[in-house]
Amino acid sequence: MYRYDAIDKTLVAERVAQFRDQTRRFLAGELSEDEFRHLRLRNGLYIQRHAPMLRVAIPYGLLSSAQLRMLASIAERYDRGYGHLTTRQNIQYNWPRLEDVPEILADLATVEMHAIQTSGNCIRNVTSDHLAGVTPDELEDPRPWCEIIRQWSTFHPEFSFLPRKFKIAVTGAPQDRAASLVHDVGVHIVRDAEGGLGFEILAGGGLGRTPIIGQVVRDFLPREHLLSYLEAILRVYNLEGRRDNPTKARIKILVRSLGIEEFRRRVEKEWAQIRDSGPRLDSAEIERVRGFFAPPAYRSLEDLDPSTGRETAFRAWYRYNTHAHKMPGYRAVFVSLKKPGIAPGDATTAQMNLLAELADRYCFGEIRVTHTQNLLFADVEQRDAFELWRALDAAGLATPNIGTLTDMICCPGLDFCSLANAGSIDVARLINERFDDYDYLYDLGELEVKMSGCMNACGHHHVGHIGILGVDKGGEEWYQITIGGAAGADASLGSVIGPSVPKHEVAETIARLLAVYVERRTDDERFLDTVRRLGVKPFKERVYAASAAA
Amino acid sequence: MPRQLLRDRRTVVDEWIYLDEVPADWRRPSGETASVILPFDRWLAERETWIGGADRLGVRLDPADPVEALAVDLPRLALVALRFPGPAEGRGYTQARLLRERWGFTGEIRAAGYVRQDQVFFLARCGFNAFELSEGDAAAAERALATFSAEYQVSNDAGLSRPLRRR
Repeated sequence: MYRYDAIDKTLVAERVAQFRDQTRRFLAGELSEDEFRHLRLRNGLYIQRHAPMLRVAIPYGLLSSAQLRMLASIAERYDRGYGHLTTRQNIQYNWPRLEDVPEILADLATVEMHAIQTSGNCIRNVTSDHLAGVTPDELEDPRPWCEIIRQWSTFHPEFSFLPRKFKIAVTGAPQDRAASLVHDVGVHIVRDAEGGLGFEILAGGGLGRTPIIGQVVRDFLPREHLLSYLEAILRVYNLEGRRDNPTKARIKILVRSLGIEEFRRRVEKEWAQIRDSGPRLDSAEIERVRGFFAPPAYRSLEDLDPSTGRETAFRAWYRYNTHAHKMPGYRAVFVSLKKPGIAPGDATTAQMNLLAELADRYCFGEIRVTHTQNLLFADVEQRDAFELWRALDAAGLATPNIGTLTDMICCPGLDFCSLANAGSIDVARLINERFDDYDYLYDLGELEVKMSGCMNACGHHHVGHIGILGVDKGGEEWYQITIGGAAGADASLGSVIGPSVPKHEVAETIARLLAVYVERRTDDERFLDTVRRLGVKPFKERVYAASAAA
Repeated sequence: MPRQLLRDRRTVVDEWIYLDEVPADWRRPSGETASVILPFDRWLAERETWIGGADRLGVRLDPADPVEALAVDLPRLALVALRFPGPAEGRGYTQARLLRERWGFTGEIRAAGYVRQDQVFFLARCGFNAFELSEGDAAAAERALATFSAEYQVSNDAGLSRPLRRR
């Protein structure tokens, strides 16, 4: 993984000093609430329902065991013994004291971590495929490009005060596991007709109040021009994006109002001016960064089936919670943070410390955060899978539900977030209680349920096969259900099935949707495919006919 | 009271006047040269009458003003002021880079409006060399110009381009 050199260390240390001084000035009354808000938001610090919330960057989701131990220690010392992993591969602490934040940042700096640009109207943490570097279908590891973008975007002097936040995702495989089509910019590694590697660049995707799928701005960009092209996009956006209304300020609104053709024309016109004078990546710099992501010291192994002769529970876990690896004898292993009864994406100090130890023992000292709010050991020897499972299972981290209904994406909701209309953790619990039969879950197959507590869509509900959105109805928590959304390469936005339902009917509503699927599906069809084939109507009829009858 | 200014890392008394801040019947003292900043709309309307005069000329742009419309006049200008209505404003950073890098403007680029110590580091890197500070924190702002001693991007400090750092 990437290791800081003197420049990175200096920048992060100086950022800690700067933020320490800004916090001091605020506490001394030298900065107003509003002025400090603009400053703290650039550093991941929100003032939330109960306390400040601090979001720490995990660039493209990659952590060393030492970093994970520090995250565990911070949870223990400054929070209530846990952290919450987000859909953008970051971690959030919900209970730190404002006065302690500079110390937390100083602690993070000792393990080459920070909270720079994890919030605010600037370029956010760049995200990627959690299977980067290990998945068999990959053209190239996207992480070196993520790191190049991370450095370029960190304290970018021109783009630190954008109209609104700006999120970039990079993928290197045809299967999109980073939801890049709903990012402000998506960067896809592709080959041109001659077989050379470069990028397809998309812009204008996003969720929130106005969900839009990103569109292609350029179908092939030679690699050395990545940063100048991003500068051209950002420059057009910085000058022309709306600043009069925060709900219309994302780049997706600019792209939609100009149309993709005109947006592209403006970007290309700007790029023509800076292509040669702007930042240009030479092969020495590309190779320098790639060097940090060289494959670990894999052993020469044969594939084997570790589930032979093992108990059913292990076999189910191995089938659902592990993924193919490009190296024979290896497997990528998911750590499920979706155990019934806990908030999706939460990890305790004890769990984080255990996972750090397991990473050292089984996975070259590395662990990754997935955008579905789980963790991943990317490089596990198949022969170690059983031992690893036992250790995870004992810690409540082996719920065999990856990719199933109960592997829900879920924002913190009303319990923690001051923006939310409705609780989401509670609903996750109700769904888990209702669907506790694994045979049924497995029979349903691949199913992405995504839940947000408000229109900001932190839980990506628009792109859930089933999406659940919390709405406020006369002071009560109600939920609007959508079906048919998807976040991958075939991304689509879900359709609302009808009027929202009260909290106690969410699980029953899902049960009815699934009943229609089970009755109408063809052999291999996923829930998503059935919805796409049949449309919303039969699902809607079942949900509301049953309500009317009751 | 004369305006204090942080310019080229020194606190100075501002010798420039904004034409929309002086009384309508303002006339320069006879025989003297004035340093006059016109709002962009007045510049567009009156540029013919000012060009060729003895005064040093500056233009102030609002964030939405099209900076490219000033490009042809830059050889006649000694100053461009870019206004920041509040702490969230960000267009001036791009405007300054374009002035320095695309059209090679070497005169003063000044930040006006809401300008505090927390912005000056980025402003300077985009090519600003003068800052009208909102409050009396010129000393803190000068220190803030050295907030970071390393950088990841092509820099434009004091109008001088530096190559992308090679490691």
